[in-house]
Amino acid sequence: MFPSQFDYHRAASVAEAVELLSSLPDAKLVAGGHSLIPAMKLRAAQPSALVDIGRIPGLSDVSRDGDSLVIGALATHAAVADSAAVRGGCPMLAETAAAIGDIQVRNRGTIGGSLAHADPGADYPAAMLALGAEVTAVGAGGERTIAASDFFVDILTTALADNEVITSVRVPCAAGGAYLKHRHPASSYAVVGVAACVGMDGGNVGSCAIGINGVTGKAVLADAAAAALCGGPADADRIAAAAARVGDAFDEPLGDLYASGEFRAHLAGVYTKRALALAAERAG
Amino acid sequence: MRHRVCLTVNGKAEEFDVEPRLLLCHLLRAYVGLTGTNIGCDTSQCGSCTVLMDGKAVKSCTVLAVQADGSEVTTIEGLAGADGLHSVQQSFWDNHGLQCGFCTPGMIMTAVEILDRNPDASDADVRHGLEGNICRCTGYENIVKSIVAAGARQS
Repeated sequence: MFPSQFDYHRAASVAEAVELLSSLPDAKLVAGGHSLIPAMKLRAAQPSALVDIGRIPGLSDVSRDGDSLVIGALATHAAVADSAAVRGGCPMLAETAAAIGDIQVRNRGTIGGSLAHADPGADYPAAMLALGAEVTAVGAGGERTIAASDFFVDILTTALADNEVITSVRVPCAAGGAYLKHRHPASSYAVVGVAACVGMDGGNVGSCAIGINGVTGKAVLADAAAAALCGGPADADRIAAAAARVGDAFDEPLGDLYASGEFRAHLAGVYTKRALALAAERAG
Repeated sequence: MRHRVCLTVNGKAEEFDVEPRLLLCHLLRAYVGLTGTNIGCDTSQCGSCTVLMDGKAVKSCTVLAVQADGSEVTTIEGLAGADGLHSVQQSFWDNHGLQCGFCTPGMIMTAVEILDRNPDASDADVRHGLEGNICRCTGYENIVKSIVAAGARQS
């Protein structure tokens, strides 16, 4: 299989990428290409041109900035999974990156590409929601910051304008987090993935956020379940009661040949329970 | 619109004039004549087409040749040195790490990265590392044994 014909442009800077996206009709950005190229080979995507940002300098740095991590859009999943700054400051993010695809995919795929593609089976979106991350993007009108909760709009659809380029992601550090997924055995996409963040306040849960991908067209926050866990200890009964509320977050679970919507919603409850228990344990 | 792509393949610098849509696996097989890199599923799942690009294992069915411009690519044909088979190849030989052989080049290229990252890789580490490589003969037992043994030999 090979894609339909397209023109190829290599941008040397973010400004040039924005300019190319603004001037070329129906152009798409490519970096690692691990979401886009498979779609182009299936002719599900047929852009007239690709703007390659894969070599723009300075966009792949991963660093700690106070209580946050700043991750360049071109950081590969392998780079995030292996980063000492990420493993130390936000172990759940490293765990999420390490759960994506396989070694070969992690060597090529980038965090910016994964977020911009917004695949319902992608792993990062749930973690970004649970961690309260912010996406920084540059467009013709300059730079802006988009909260993860505003970023994912619908299936394969984000708040980005056609000529905007993600440059980095700011992720608050969190010790008490866990990402667990039910992995599709062939594609390694998440059938369901649950990212849980738990902050302890004395013996009680002081804060909690749960991001879930794979069940609906876009990743969602399970706010009712998270609220149900707050204000008391993170014991098995309260975790089970909280996990029983995840269904409130799903408008319309999506099914396919591998897993029905009903099964995915069920899995979300099971994995929420496990992720909350692990996150609470890590939060100490 | 065609593009010039410069690649170092198995240590030899070469230039190609390609369409942007040409995939790295097709360039290696059809332009360079290195057919050891197999195309299996062609959907970035099976790992048969794995090569090393600048030292990292990648699925060459999911890399455009134009994206690889300037890179060093190592294929299964480039692993053996003047002194014989690469230690991973020798270990596959010694442990009968293949049945039909179709997935073998990809398995071996991925194994090189697994052991590069951790020469002491355990059985479980190897199995985890091979998530992106599928053997349709299901001959994983000896594949894993081959890689663990190659790691032990290297370290």
